[in-house]
Amino acid sequence: MKESILSVKNLTVKIGKGRIVDDLSFDVEKGDVLAIIGPNGAGKTTLFKALLGIIPYEGEAKWRPGIKIGYVPQRMEIETDIPLTVFEFLKLRESKNFSKERAVEELKKVSLPEGILKAGLGEISVGQRQRILIAWALLGDPDVLLFDEPTADIDVHGQESIYQLLYHLQDKFELTIILISHDLSIVYKYAEKVLCLNHKQICFGLPDEAMKPEQINKLYASERGFYHHNHDEHNHDEHHH
Amino acid sequence: MENVIYQFIVGIFISAAASLLGVFAILKRMALVGDALSHVALPGLALAMVFKINPFIGAAAFLAISVIGIWLLEYKSTLSIETLTGVFFTAALALGALLIPELELLEALFGDISKLTAVDVALSVVFSLILIIVLLAIHKKLAIHMVSQEMAHSIGIKSRQLEFIYLMLFALGVALGIKFIGALLMGALIIIPAAAAKNIARGLNEFMILSVLFGVISAIAGVYISDITGHSPGPVFILVGAVIFVASLIWRMFRK
Repeated sequence: MKESILSVKNLTVKIGKGRIVDDLSFDVEKGDVLAIIGPNGAGKTTLFKALLGIIPYEGEAKWRPGIKIGYVPQRMEIETDIPLTVFEFLKLRESKNFSKERAVEELKKVSLPEGILKAGLGEISVGQRQRILIAWALLGDPDVLLFDEPTADIDVHGQESIYQLLYHLQDKFELTIILISHDLSIVYKYAEKVLCLNHKQICFGLPDEAMKPEQINKLYASERGFYHHNHDEHNHDEHHH
Repeated sequence: MENVIYQFIVGIFISAAASLLGVFAILKRMALVGDALSHVALPGLALAMVFKINPFIGAAAFLAISVIGIWLLEYKSTLSIETLTGVFFTAALALGALLIPELELLEALFGDISKLTAVDVALSVVFSLILIIVLLAIHKKLAIHMVSQEMAHSIGIKSRQLEFIYLMLFALGVALGIKFIGALLMGALIIIPAAAAKNIARGLNEFMILSVLFGVISAIAGVYISDITGHSPGPVFILVGAVIFVASLIWRMFRK
């Protein structure tokens, strides 16, 4: 029996009169890679915010006591000319035993060169910034990493290597990873568990078992009419695997 | 002579505090809030005149009440802090204009440090130092909060308290600056040095140091020039600041 890290029961998030997240129940165990998938606006980021305790919710979301959570947000609302260097950004966190050496060490884990420390946080590419955000989270020696995939601005190749990186981190440092993804092929490749979310919980379990064509159709049903192209892509993915 | 020294001391301390606040106002794109809050100080000034108390105390008290109001409303409603201060601003400006006797209105709008007392100087120095020390103590948390509220929350930063402290410091800064530069130009005292510093600085530390430096230079020049020409120091300060800003803009263009 693996150690439980997070137990969610009947979690509901209401904003105004709408239920953005409706009655979710799932568990995450130590070392899991849980992928949360669903169409745009399905409540994925909202679920993360509830899990982090940033927004109020009903029901239960119990983390193992004393657990350290690292959070990698989808994006940062910063200007490209923000006067804040990467090194300063990492230093702001005021993590224990922070030093330049430690910063360089974390950069290595996310495959970034030391030279990037001097660069401005707003100048570097979106992909690089995302790695910096992961390094920032790693400075806190987290047990769990919550990773919110950016919806745009990163090329497919860059995104693939980010997942390889996460997978590698999970393996090497026994991290538990909960990630939001839009890419079904990523889920098949890297996730151990999958949660399909479209406000309600459409599926939860092992990717191969939980994600039957029927669930996928249901999950993206609302998008189909508007994003025909996307729908074709999903079909393509299904055939592919 | 004594009065000119007073003016230099008050100008230097207040502009140092204000320009440090400006760094964070710009990081959070809160430039408008400073402007709006400075007008909220007007009714406070008016009441201080009516009840014959120190104008700094009157403005500070009124600002503190406004900040608590804004802060509470921001969490109760979905309106942005700019919208809220915008509403407070027009209402307060109107109230202030009605309450302040016409003769003193100009002084309240543009500031006047020609008649500083030792008590004024002491108040300015002490409260400027308090502002600077508290701001430096929270500046790391504040910076994280301003680049990503979610990340701040994930490492246990209490955003609500932090925002409240910041707004209170802002109110204190405005109350301090009212006498020096007046309600109309107070927003500029906060923003201009930081805006110039942002054009040059690459890192946060540089940003803070340059902003304070530009603020202090503008204050010294403002008091000095006004002492020679007889103009009030507030507008001179702003003009010096604007010149520094243009210079920083040129610097920025040539660097690229």
